[in-house]
Amino acid sequence: MSKAVAATQGASRADDLGFDVERVREDFPILRLKVNDKPLVFLDNAASSQMPQQVIDRYVKYRTSEHANIHRGVHYLSEVATREYEAVRGKVRGLLNAREEREIVYTSGTTESINLVAHGYGRKFIGAGDEIILSVLEHHSNIVPWQMLAEEKGARIRVVPCDDAGELLVEEYRKLFSPRTRFVGLTHVSNALGTVNPVKEMVAIAHAHGVPVLLDGAQAAPHLGVDVQDLDCDFYAFSGHKMCGPTGVGILYGKAEHLQAMQPFKGGGDMILSVTFEKTVYADIPHKFEAGTPPIAEVIGLGAAIDYLQAIGLGAIKAHEDELLRYATDRVGAIEGVRLIGTAGHKAAVLSFEVEGVHPHDVGTLLNEDAVAVRTGHHCAQPVMQRFGVPATARASFAFYNTLQEVDVLVDAIRKVQKVFAG
Amino acid sequence: MSAANQLYQEVILDHNRKPRNWGKLDDASRHAEGLNPLCGDHIWVYLKLNDKRIEGISFEGQSCAICKASASMMTHAVKGKSIDEALTLGQEFRDMSTGKLDPQSGDHHLGRLTVFAGVRDLPTRVKCAILPWHTLHSAIHSIEQVSTEGEADPVPGAGLERTDHA
Ligand SMILES: Cc1ncc(COP(=O)(O)O)c(C=O)c1O
Repeated sequence: MSKAVAATQGASRADDLGFDVERVREDFPILRLKVNDKPLVFLDNAASSQMPQQVIDRYVKYRTSEHANIHRGVHYLSEVATREYEAVRGKVRGLLNAREEREIVYTSGTTESINLVAHGYGRKFIGAGDEIILSVLEHHSNIVPWQMLAEEKGARIRVVPCDDAGELLVEEYRKLFSPRTRFVGLTHVSNALGTVNPVKEMVAIAHAHGVPVLLDGAQAAPHLGVDVQDLDCDFYAFSGHKMCGPTGVGILYGKAEHLQAMQPFKGGGDMILSVTFEKTVYADIPHKFEAGTPPIAEVIGLGAAIDYLQAIGLGAIKAHEDELLRYATDRVGAIEGVRLIGTAGHKAAVLSFEVEGVHPHDVGTLLNEDAVAVRTGHHCAQPVMQRFGVPATARASFAFYNTLQEVDVLVDAIRKVQKVFAG
Repeated sequence: MSAANQLYQEVILDHNRKPRNWGKLDDASRHAEGLNPLCGDHIWVYLKLNDKRIEGISFEGQSCAICKASASMMTHAVKGKSIDEALTLGQEFRDMSTGKLDPQSGDHHLGRLTVFAGVRDLPTRVKCAILPWHTLHSAIHSIEQVSTEGEADPVPGAGLERTDHA
């Protein structure tokens, strides 16, 4: 009996919730792929996840029978496309438990969502001498837009540190607030380490100082149930392609009062009420942020991805991923000469690790020999790498369609890397 | 044998474990820094030139095995050579790594450096092998910092694509 099978003896929580990983895997055609004549073991889901047939089919259906530009025609196809496109706002609202659909803005991804806030909110409300608080765990996309703004305005960035486990130091965070603090940007889940940050508590602390908070949910939306009203965050950003949807589409949730106060980011068609050369009146939210023809098929694909995830159940997904993380942490952590980086008490299914004496990139290339796909590098989170004193890590990131047996393949493949380098 | 297995063979692993010409060169007349953001490779190459000849060369830094071994073998290969010979060798090495030069052809001066021929089948690793040669090129031309990305890339169009994404 394999270790994985032994580990799953007795029903798990995911089983109780009716989750059957083998059945789920059948939905993902790409998981049947062979790489180097071996079955693909795809453990790079934090970078981008795979698409189930249901989402692919929805996309194809749109392309074959529903496409026209939206909000512009009175003809049949334009009405169908507009209806299907706008319906996704309701699905996203439901996913996030936002109060209103108009608080949901379509973007091209997390990166654009954050840039939209930095421009639309930041440029208007942040000035010289003001302070922006970010955490050391941020992805570059929640650092660079704020740096650009700070440089332009003469504002200052202050950084929340973390401990050796990769947990943010909330007491240090409290101390960073000053009368000049104007904005807080925090990642909900660290893409490099998997840490789930105590964002609800951190939002409350910021609000006690009257400061709004943006949460980067790129790694959280696919794995945790997110309730923006419960979190009480002011903005929430995520990407479609990390949650079984297409690339090129993402979401910015913003409280209506903030979105209304913000200036548009892009000017163009579809974001206006009326245009004369004397004066342009912007459309209402969310449309004032959605200039130009959007990625219609991608938005509709994102809607199908949300339907798909909800049909499986976010609770079941989380239970299975928790089990994968526990098993992978135990097994990879037990390999002599392997160091886990990021050992927070509360984590999403991300395992960053170092193989002693072997550069992560060499680890990645050799794991690929066994068809194991992991991400190697700095994960667009160089401050995290600096904090842990490593140039890069290898990172296995799991999705609900991964299996415990795949963890076994990973472990064997890491052992093989060690053998090659032992010489 | 697969491309990766061909590459991670004894010569390269040995140079990775025991890099030759490692460390700072005290009387260096030039140096340059090389960066490969994808890998996090970060190396420095030190040069002592004398009458258009590489009299001394060393390197240090933090890098993957392919980059470190490539740097180690590069220092070994160019020491004592003229600048022109070193630059020619660098060009041949880049051509081999990007598949433009067939190492079997015999029409080159690569010698033992042909152990890196396999990187041409590992497109994401080509930069690792080439970085030391980029850096040497810059040191010779006294460009302080090079990267395998963007404008500082001294071999534009060498098929080095940016694949840095989370
Ligand atoms: C935490 C986090 N934030 C932001 C991003 C950027 O997402 P995107 O590239 O889809 O805009 C990513 C992933 O790349 C991420 O992991």
